[in-house]
Amino acid sequence: MSPVSDVRLGYLEDFHRLASALPGAGVPWLRERRTEAIERFMEQGFPTLKDEDWKYTDVRPIAARRPSPAAGDVRLDPRAIVPFAWSGHQLVFVDGRYAPALSNPGGLPGGVRLLSLAAAVAEEPQMLEPWLGREAVAARHGFEALNAAFMRDGAVVWIGRGVALEAPIHLLFLASGAPESAVYWRNVITAETGSRATVIETYASPDGAAHLTNAITDVSLEPSASLEHYRLGRESDTAYHIGGTHAHLARDSRYASHAVTLGARLARHELDAVLDAEGAECLLNGFYATRGQQHVDNHTRIEHRAPYGSSREWYKGVLDDRSRAVFSGRIMVHPQAQRTDAEQANHHLLLSREAEADSRPQLEIYANDVKCAHGATTGHLDEDALFYLRSRGLDEMHARGLLVYAFAADVLARMRLAPLRQALEQQLAGRLLAGEAVEGLLT
Amino acid sequence: MLSITNLKVNVERKPILTGIAIEVKPGEVHAIMGPNGSGKSTLAQVLAGREQFEVVEGQVRYLDQDLLALKPEERARRGIFLAFQYPVEIPGVSNIYLLKSALNAVRQARGEPELDAMDFLDIVKDKMKLMEMPEEFLYRAVNEGFSGGEKKRNEILQLALLEPRLAILDETDSGLDIDALKVVANGVNSLRSPERSFIVVTHYQRLLDYITPDRVHVLAGGRIVKSGGRELALELEERGYGWIENREGASA
Repeated sequence: MSPVSDVRLGYLEDFHRLASALPGAGVPWLRERRTEAIERFMEQGFPTLKDEDWKYTDVRPIAARRPSPAAGDVRLDPRAIVPFAWSGHQLVFVDGRYAPALSNPGGLPGGVRLLSLAAAVAEEPQMLEPWLGREAVAARHGFEALNAAFMRDGAVVWIGRGVALEAPIHLLFLASGAPESAVYWRNVITAETGSRATVIETYASPDGAAHLTNAITDVSLEPSASLEHYRLGRESDTAYHIGGTHAHLARDSRYASHAVTLGARLARHELDAVLDAEGAECLLNGFYATRGQQHVDNHTRIEHRAPYGSSREWYKGVLDDRSRAVFSGRIMVHPQAQRTDAEQANHHLLLSREAEADSRPQLEIYANDVKCAHGATTGHLDEDALFYLRSRGLDEMHARGLLVYAFAADVLARMRLAPLRQALEQQLAGRLLAGEAVEGLLT
Repeated sequence: MLSITNLKVNVERKPILTGIAIEVKPGEVHAIMGPNGSGKSTLAQVLAGREQFEVVEGQVRYLDQDLLALKPEERARRGIFLAFQYPVEIPGVSNIYLLKSALNAVRQARGEPELDAMDFLDIVKDKMKLMEMPEEFLYRAVNEGFSGGEKKRNEILQLALLEPRLAILDETDSGLDIDALKVVANGVNSLRSPERSFIVVTHYQRLLDYITPDRVHVLAGGRIVKSGGRELALELEERGYGWIENREGASA
């Protein structure tokens, strides 16, 4: 028997041990989906470098760890959330479970619902059937299958028809740092017709934590709905993160995703946006900064299925030391999606000779009246710019930091949520321009 | 102030400067003229500390220091300023940030206190008036989307702000219309003083109609082939570089 099969059997044992305690154990359709999912995982296992979609990302370090689902009974010092907290409606999740004592959902306007997935499953499982009921069938790879089998908690966000929610909803997912733990999050975000909201997901853990986060978020935008969706990866440099965001866009809806990865030893984020009806619009904005031996893989797919859709995808990465980044950007324009307007760009800035970036734009266009453009560059700091700044008296470290900051500035500038954008600017400037004044640089 | 002796410089292993000697005294304006490819810009950038250019021989003394041993930022802090021929665009960094960082770096080196935001604004706005630059340029990204003339004005604005001891102008006149040229020349002239020296690198004599040089050097084939007073520039204007180059060729 191969070692891989041993790994799979381990997960099967986990499942038999834990299934009865997972949310929805008493809900027949959900129990069935979970069982189907673990069976599916037993068939397909983890993706390998032979899978085209995983060609550059070796997940063996994760698979070999055989982490078991977190017990979720770890207590956390409330001060631990302070560095990651935002004002707004905040739900905090720790080690696989909703932590009501740390959360502050605040007053929500009528028509908005914000609750934990476990609570939703317990109280009104039928509400979630459209998402959780079909996922086991749709799971694309072993990690998604495991998520469907083991998902324990997460957030359910429901923005009712025509509601404009001003304050952001913040979902904070923390790992306390228990070694070898794995948590499976599942979030469901729905914006009904004509509504507007901002949702932030933050994944964080203290330095040295070596956990695995497996998180999937389903986003549904009904006609004319608008969502600003931030996803911040701030986990420890020893953590593993496999994430997925699946967005479905109805007519004239607008989805803006801002995906920022600063942490994790290995992080992969799959982002799908399906523009399913006329006039849908999406912005996929991404930034990652890696160092040490970090590996960041952004795997994105945009499907234009209807006419007059527009997509903008801008991803930028800064790579230092021996770190590595992978970007795949697939854009499909179906035959009926005439007048699609799609643009994609992916730029990498390499700060060391050992850093490595792979960029794979894939455009598949089956309609004939479309505008599609893409570009990708990988380069080092501009020596002319460096000399220019130094010739003005800025020392080399300052000049370098400033140029890296400038490289990232346009990605940050696209973030509409000012406090979050400013905090990221501060954080980045602090990391790049240690000790230098930043007044006049930040927005 | 500045003493260059037997300076030889390679760029990508090709000899570009093959033995330069110039002596600049405090308060003097030296013009360096020459045809394209003669090494004028290389000389300007080597003096400012461009590291990609390899000095293979020679010496440069500046205020009794070995200039070549200093990093570009150290030179800037000791009072050397290069106005670039092609000012670099830096999207994402505001002009005001660069100006303030530069001024405070230089002030710190001079033993002066850092300026706070208000004092800095007062000073920079004053200098912008001199350069006929609207205030909005402060808040735009460094040189991004600036016209050729605006970029050159921005260079002279930095010069006016940093008050260097030795200012090197690398083809600051190229690409300027006559009005912009006058503004730039006016800016430079207002900064002339007995303690401040200028090296003005130019292809054409035009700029020298407005900035009167004390000495004119003609650079060709990587070395100075003729030096003289201001009349040399006029002679070059009339007879072209061919005259010098041919004479040089004949005498070699």
